[in-house]
Amino acid sequence: MIRVVLPAHLKNLARVSGEVRLEVAEPVTQRTVLDALEDRFPMLRGTIRDRRSGKRRAFIRFYACEEDLSNESPDDPLPDRVVKGEEPFIVLGAMAGG
Amino acid sequence: MTGVRVLVGTRKGAFTLTSDGKRADWTVSGPHFGGWEIYHVAGSPANPDRLYASQSSGWFGQVIQRSDDGGKTWEPVGNDFTYQGEVGEHLWYDGTPRPWEFKRIWHFEPAKDDPDTVYAGAEDAALYKSTDGGKTWQELTALRTHETGPKWQPGAGGMCLHTIILDPANPNRIYVAISAAGAFRSDDGGASWVPINRGLRSGEIPDEDSEVGHCVHRLAMHPSRPDVLFMQKHWDVMRTDDAGGSWREVSGNLPSDFGFPIGVHAHEPETIYVVPIKSDSEHYPPEGKLRVYRSRTGGEEWEPLTNGLPQRDCYVNVLRDAMAIDSLDPCGIYFGTTGGQVYGSADGGDTWTPIVRDLPAVLSVEVQALP
Repeated sequence: MIRVVLPAHLKNLARVSGEVRLEVAEPVTQRTVLDALEDRFPMLRGTIRDRRSGKRRAFIRFYACEEDLSNESPDDPLPDRVVKGEEPFIVLGAMAGG
Repeated sequence: MTGVRVLVGTRKGAFTLTSDGKRADWTVSGPHFGGWEIYHVAGSPANPDRLYASQSSGWFGQVIQRSDDGGKTWEPVGNDFTYQGEVGEHLWYDGTPRPWEFKRIWHFEPAKDDPDTVYAGAEDAALYKSTDGGKTWQELTALRTHETGPKWQPGAGGMCLHTIILDPANPNRIYVAISAAGAFRSDDGGASWVPINRGLRSGEIPDEDSEVGHCVHRLAMHPSRPDVLFMQKHWDVMRTDDAGGSWREVSGNLPSDFGFPIGVHAHEPETIYVVPIKSDSEHYPPEGKLRVYRSRTGGEEWEPLTNGLPQRDCYVNVLRDAMAIDSLDPCGIYFGTTGGQVYGSADGGDTWTPIVRDLPAVLSVEVQALP
């Protein structure tokens, strides 16, 4: 079970509280986790990744196990502790004013 | 009519303001979608409980929300706004070509007779249509791919399609306006378009009477006279009496003819309203006095409406989609400011009161007369 933490605005949009738990078939990567997330919560399509390019939106960051994975390949395996459900995959909005 | 509902989009959420037909006491609901920019909220004339809201954010992009109960509850619907076919290029601020890139939806125009049919105006400029209540959107590509498209350039606010007017007498006729491309008309339901900018003169572009390139801020039409349009341009208030075939200036005695919104009285087609702003470099009212100007002669002769509006130290702006006019009698007028006030008048503009004072900066105001 993959644990995903969403930023507050996306939790509201998806109408969830706390962490999201997803079944994700291996390989567990950013892409497969986000695909599973968007399949379960279609209203999140386009809010994390650009709809056409599939790339991370500019002000979105991906963290896990105290590492910034934002600029890693979306097809790289996520850390074992994320795959085992010991640590969450964190989606968050970049710090910016306003 | 039992009352009115004012739909307010702000930098940090949407609000609804409701009142009975007297429009003296108001209930404020919101924020809906708190923290998100709400460029526009619009209601269907065919079903006032059907609302569409454009929710966007620099972080999370575009979301479209739909309500079927007058704004009590909302559901996200489709947000896939694809430019169909070859994307093409327009001019960037520095004069270099730049591919069209979707940023957000600025404006909805629900159809008069079908709550599931709605048009949406986008930045970068394009016109979309949904016939399934916002679940899916199809671009009407002939506008973006018009032969003048490569010459279009963004205004300071972005290259936005901000005005959509559906001719109530001719279902095939649509007017749109784009900053800073100008006004366009379709007579075949969006399959083809003609620029309708003859008579406009804009000193900000090299050829001041160019076919396109004008920074049109807003168009308005009275439904009983669909060939008469009023325009607040960057500078100049204009009118056409031949569906955009030619325009003439009607700024007359306005203290400044720069501004953003323009509206037409619900029952008097020659009574129009603007909010003069000092200049393109100083976006606040002249002399710090917030004044709506009314012309009862279709332009040229204007009178200031000040009763209830701040007449000193006021330095807010009123954006292009932030004024609305209801269909009650006497006619109600509403506008919102970048300072977060929403002012209302229940007597055609003679007197004003603040409905709410401290919202986030107001981006848009619409009003519905409730059955």
